[in-house]
Amino acid sequence: MMQTLTTGLAKLGALVRIMLINLGAATRTFVTLLAGSGALLRRPRLVTDQIHFIGNYSLVIIAVSGLFVGFVLGLQGYYTLNKYGSEQALGLLVALSLTRELGPVVTALLFAGRAGTSLTAEIGLMKAGEQLAAMEMMAVDPLHRILAPRFWAGVIAMPVLAAIFSAVGIFGGYIVGVGLIGVDEGAFWSQMQGGVDVWSDVANGVLKSCVFGVAVTFIALYQGYCAAPTPEGVARATTRTVVIGSLVVLWCDFLLTALMFS
Amino acid sequence: MSPLVEIRSLQFAYGDRPLLSGLDMVFPRGQIIAVMGGSGSGKTTVLRLIGGQLRAQSGNVIVDGKEVAALTLSDLYAMRRKMGMLFQHGALFTDLTVFENVAFPLREHTNLSESMLHDLVLLKLHAVGLSNAAHLKPAEISGGMARRVALARAIALDPQLIMYDEPFAGLDPISMGVTANLIRKLNDALGSTSILVSHDVHESFLIADYVYFLSQGRIVAHGTPDQMRESSDPYVTQFVNAQADGPVPFHYPGRSLAEQLGLSEHAK
Repeated sequence: MMQTLTTGLAKLGALVRIMLINLGAATRTFVTLLAGSGALLRRPRLVTDQIHFIGNYSLVIIAVSGLFVGFVLGLQGYYTLNKYGSEQALGLLVALSLTRELGPVVTALLFAGRAGTSLTAEIGLMKAGEQLAAMEMMAVDPLHRILAPRFWAGVIAMPVLAAIFSAVGIFGGYIVGVGLIGVDEGAFWSQMQGGVDVWSDVANGVLKSCVFGVAVTFIALYQGYCAAPTPEGVARATTRTVVIGSLVVLWCDFLLTALMFS
Repeated sequence: MSPLVEIRSLQFAYGDRPLLSGLDMVFPRGQIIAVMGGSGSGKTTVLRLIGGQLRAQSGNVIVDGKEVAALTLSDLYAMRRKMGMLFQHGALFTDLTVFENVAFPLREHTNLSESMLHDLVLLKLHAVGLSNAAHLKPAEISGGMARRVALARAIALDPQLIMYDEPFAGLDPISMGVTANLIRKLNDALGSTSILVSHDVHESFLIADYVYFLSQGRIVAHGTPDQMRESSDPYVTQFVNAQADGPVPFHYPGRSLAEQLGLSEHAK
């Protein structure tokens, strides 16, 4: 009995220790990455190329998802609001849900699946092909040359994608609410205009998506950078990007919501 | 003149698994030094230690008078600018063309104008016979060509020290001869020092000035290629003549087959 307890405790201790070591290593990588980002100001091309890769190619999935989320919000919102005879507030409901929560969160989850996985696989395969080691031997730090531009591209692309998601979503809510169901158009827009605050709602949403951008992009890059240089290693790293990325986004969202809107 | 690279009583282990022990090697300037040995003998690790990608547990690695392990990160990167390394499979950047691969170190470390860079890259590619392949992607060229592009990239900054990790592995006889010739010619033309890690006896003996034989983490023999051919050391004889059995056993050490099959118990 005593022995099972002590082995259990020892295992728990080892687990915590490994977690702390990993967290420390990730933090050190993060700091090195930030410290090496200054050089990018002289070569903005490196970042803009990556924004194109990460941002533009995610545009379709973000826009289409935004449209459907807007449709669903329009329908569900109408059914609930209709019970209390306040279907004019539909525009407000759709806009607030999207700018405060769904825009940043769903965009971040989709981003982890669409762009995060491709970043992890790209970096992992570069490592497996000794390309990162070759770069180091050419006196070029891959953290600065490969990871940093991708990191900033992700951080910049995320709020923009979230804004597009929200905008398309509101349009989707409008199509269903006003176009199909017949909610009064003037009420739809004027309630939205009156109820959405540019700072407490929109800016907080943008802030959220910036935080998610940092988290998801860094997790994706770090998983690729630390992947075992084998096919299984890269496969596992890609999975971890989505799992850890999604969990961190949801947990951060709860934390930020509690701080911002309480 | 002091040698370019010196290794003194070096110990290295991956975790608990010791790999190199008591290594002493000297790499004089201007020469091609071959480091030979079977797979897993720690040859590539020696290159990684010289390049500062790994750190030894004890002993010294001295490059151009400086202790590699004591360098700060920025000094290490400054040192690597004077080194070129050819990786076993080339390690070309797969998303860049042949031209951009060779231009990469130049773009990163110099402020050359685009036209100067263009000419310089074509000259480097010409030296390896591939100036007409500049527009191709690494996926569109053969393994031997990829190796030569990687070589052009490794010499882009005219390094003092060029390290070759298995440059002959997986090449056909013609590409092998071409690569061996290039290594000798480039070394002499650039006035650099080359370290050649290989297990290919014929090509290495042809171009090397001096040879170290590495087995189980130790230097078992060293000398000029001619001395090695004459050597009576059993390991060298086995290696040079490609004999299947000798001091390096054919079987992975462990229990005998009879024991593994459980036959020895029946015998009792």
